Amino acid sequence: MRLRGTGIPETNSPLGPYRVLDLTEGGYLIGGKILADLGADVIKIEPPGGSPSRDIGPFYKDIANREKSLFWFAYNVNKRSITLDVGKEDGREVFLSLVANADIVLESFAPGYLEKLGLGYAVLSTVKPDIIVTSITPFGQTGPHASYSSCDLTAWASGGMMCLSGDPDRAPVAPSVPQATLHGGAEAAAASVIALWHRNVSGKGHHVDISTQQCVIWTTLNATGKWDVNHFEPRRCSGAIILPRVNVRTIFPCKDGAVTLYIAGGAMASLVDNMKRFVDWMDEEGMAPEWLRTLDWVHAYDMSSTSQEVIDRVEKPFADFFLTKTKAELYGEALKRRLLLAPVNDVRDTVDDVQLQARGFWIEVDHPELDDSLVYCGPFIKFSETPWQVRLRPPLIGEHNDEIYRGELGFSKERISLLKQARVI
Amino acid sequence: MFDLPFEGVKIAEFAWVVVGPLTTKYLADWGATVVRVESHTRPCILRLSAPFKDGVPGIDRSQYFAEHNSSKLSVSVDLNKPKGRELAWKLIMWADILSESYTPKAMKAWGLDYDTVHEKRPDIVYYSTCQQGHDGPHAHYPGYGQLAASIAGFYHVSGWPDRSPAPPYGAYTDVISPRFSCAALVAALDYARRTGKGQHLDQSQLETSLHFLAPALMDYRVNGRVASRHGNRLPYAAPHGAFRCKGNDRWVAIAVFDDREWQSLCEAMGDPEWAQGKRFATLTGRKQNEDELEQLVEGWTKEQSAEQVIALLQERGVAAHVVESIEDLFADPQLLHRGHFRRLQHPEIGEAAYDGPAFRLSGTHDRQFAAPTLGQHNFEVLTKILDLSDDEVGDLLAQGVLTTPEDFVLPS
Repeated sequence: MRLRGTGIPETNSPLGPYRVLDLTEGGYLIGGKILADLGADVIKIEPPGGSPSRDIGPFYKDIANREKSLFWFAYNVNKRSITLDVGKEDGREVFLSLVANADIVLESFAPGYLEKLGLGYAVLSTVKPDIIVTSITPFGQTGPHASYSSCDLTAWASGGMMCLSGDPDRAPVAPSVPQATLHGGAEAAAASVIALWHRNVSGKGHHVDISTQQCVIWTTLNATGKWDVNHFEPRRCSGAIILPRVNVRTIFPCKDGAVTLYIAGGAMASLVDNMKRFVDWMDEEGMAPEWLRTLDWVHAYDMSSTSQEVIDRVEKPFADFFLTKTKAELYGEALKRRLLLAPVNDVRDTVDDVQLQARGFWIEVDHPELDDSLVYCGPFIKFSETPWQVRLRPPLIGEHNDEIYRGELGFSKERISLLKQARVI
Repeated sequence: MFDLPFEGVKIAEFAWVVVGPLTTKYLADWGATVVRVESHTRPCILRLSAPFKDGVPGIDRSQYFAEHNSSKLSVSVDLNKPKGRELAWKLIMWADILSESYTPKAMKAWGLDYDTVHEKRPDIVYYSTCQQGHDGPHAHYPGYGQLAASIAGFYHVSGWPDRSPAPPYGAYTDVISPRFSCAALVAALDYARRTGKGQHLDQSQLETSLHFLAPALMDYRVNGRVASRHGNRLPYAAPHGAFRCKGNDRWVAIAVFDDREWQSLCEAMGDPEWAQGKRFATLTGRKQNEDELEQLVEGWTKEQSAEQVIALLQERGVAAHVVESIEDLFADPQLLHRGHFRRLQHPEIGEAAYDGPAFRLSGTHDRQFAAPTLGQHNFEVLTKILDLSDDEVGDLLAQGVLTTPEDFVLPS
């Protein structure tokens, strides 16, 4: 019988009955957070002294401190924390006794690291035959590049997404907020739940082997298809829609920033209707030339057959129109008229966005140690029967050592003290 | 039995474009029976999107659609006809999951909204996905993933500081969202299995995707800092970026986080004169002189091929990788080892490459097959799954309840 310590009855959340031991670091931490958000009892296992991910900024009030990393906060809400050095023999024993009561182990060590410690999948499945071990690495557990040194940037580069993005006259560019490891971590949550489902129906455990490189390839949408079926390599073009013959610009400066817009025509009826109504709006303000008002969006602007000259000519009146208005004016009117246009928001705009506020997306979480409460992103999906809740604010280092070691594993105070002194916990 | 994870799991799919279909594709590839309810009168927009086989458009010739709908069945039903909705209801009564991405108004008009479905099937998991959610002032926002990515803030933080944004290729929120919704969907299915209770999953793709910007959002709220774009630079590493190599538009990504890695990089470069001394010896020094540092490193990389640079750096434990083009991916030995690209046979497109799953499960395997043509499985689904007779299927076809390619009309 497992003590849960979270006060939530098992039936009240999708993953309530399940326990996860989380050994991930960096962006991969998001995997455990997703499972925790779905109700699982996720125990983050940190080295004594705290996870190295606590050194990743930004920090609360710019104070670089292991209990003040905003990166850590964002990706560890709803988790508990224990400290444990699985590299020590005593730590290894403790870990195995935790595995005996766990459903999923998440880890992002280099391939072979846990094996060397005698904690590989084969060993863990002798302790619990149906255990699910989810390993996230840049390239997978095996293969010619499995032991490559890697980081978020190089993983992004390896997956084809970097080459596709940027300005034509400069280097390919990755987003300035690292993304690759977040994709790997989120995929780990999905893959773990799939493995769990199979375990529930078949009794079989799994070693789940995730390649971040492959996750990144999956962000490239139709690009692999373009190469394979049309032998066409989309070349980076500042966010334009890249087609075999033409590039259709999407980002346009406006009075106080920029907007994104999809000027499209051809076979898609809804897009054609959208363009006609857009031109109507421009016309109301006297900014739609005659030829634009009478343009045959279906045939004269079919992006699969028209020329770059036509594309560039059509885009000019739009570009001029946007320069006369602010982001807020353009977005507000586009919403009213149901037109396809979006502001290029920075974090200020996102935080002020009325839709997110109306949906109750921002959730305040109390941090007594900071004598403050912080605002977090809310549920990533809304569940009608088992709504998301913040059960636990992100844990302090080893915050639940007593709850788990003494309360659950039944260690005596003396044993805990000894383990602490030996830097096992 | 249960060789495949989702053997016996049944999904009625009313979802369009990328997020909904990609979410259920996880289950389809891993064994579920997914029936797409489509219509020739209004085909999914992805079916009309490039790339097309031989560059010739056609509702069954889009690899964009095919890529995102492998391992699924398709029926072509006119939901605007009462008998079409009857068929839809038969499928819903058969299914464990219903997925959809229509507006709430549309589903309600067809009588397929959550409340109505839940009453007849309280155990069904009803998954709705759209750009900004089903309620709120922007509830019916008609946008695409590019627009949601711009609203979320991904555009603003991508590209060069002295220029307009250069955002991630494509519809970026479309590729973040399915990872989350797959986890949510399977979790909800497990909950229904345990408790008999279905529920409504309401996904705003904007909300889901914001989790990939969470630290930056908190940084603004707490510290007032507005995250912006910095090319490929990172505050706590240098050099950190893409460097030109020999050849046509060939680049390597290199990242040096500490002084040990810096020394390894210097060694790989042959310990050049410029790298000696205090100027670049520490991270602080390298950050202070980053413009110059990058020029000098590129002075070295552009004299050799990307592959040579990677070999030299990986030998010494420095994070580096070729900035792979799509063509490179198809020849990448690691991806060949992973069996990433599968060649599958499609009725109209013929043989084409489909990306495989990004993960392996040791105790089982996926079973991926090519995407369906529109209505390809009318007969199979209606007779084998819904138990209609051959004659009944014939009648539905004659009455136009089942649509045919003749029903597809280009807008005038």
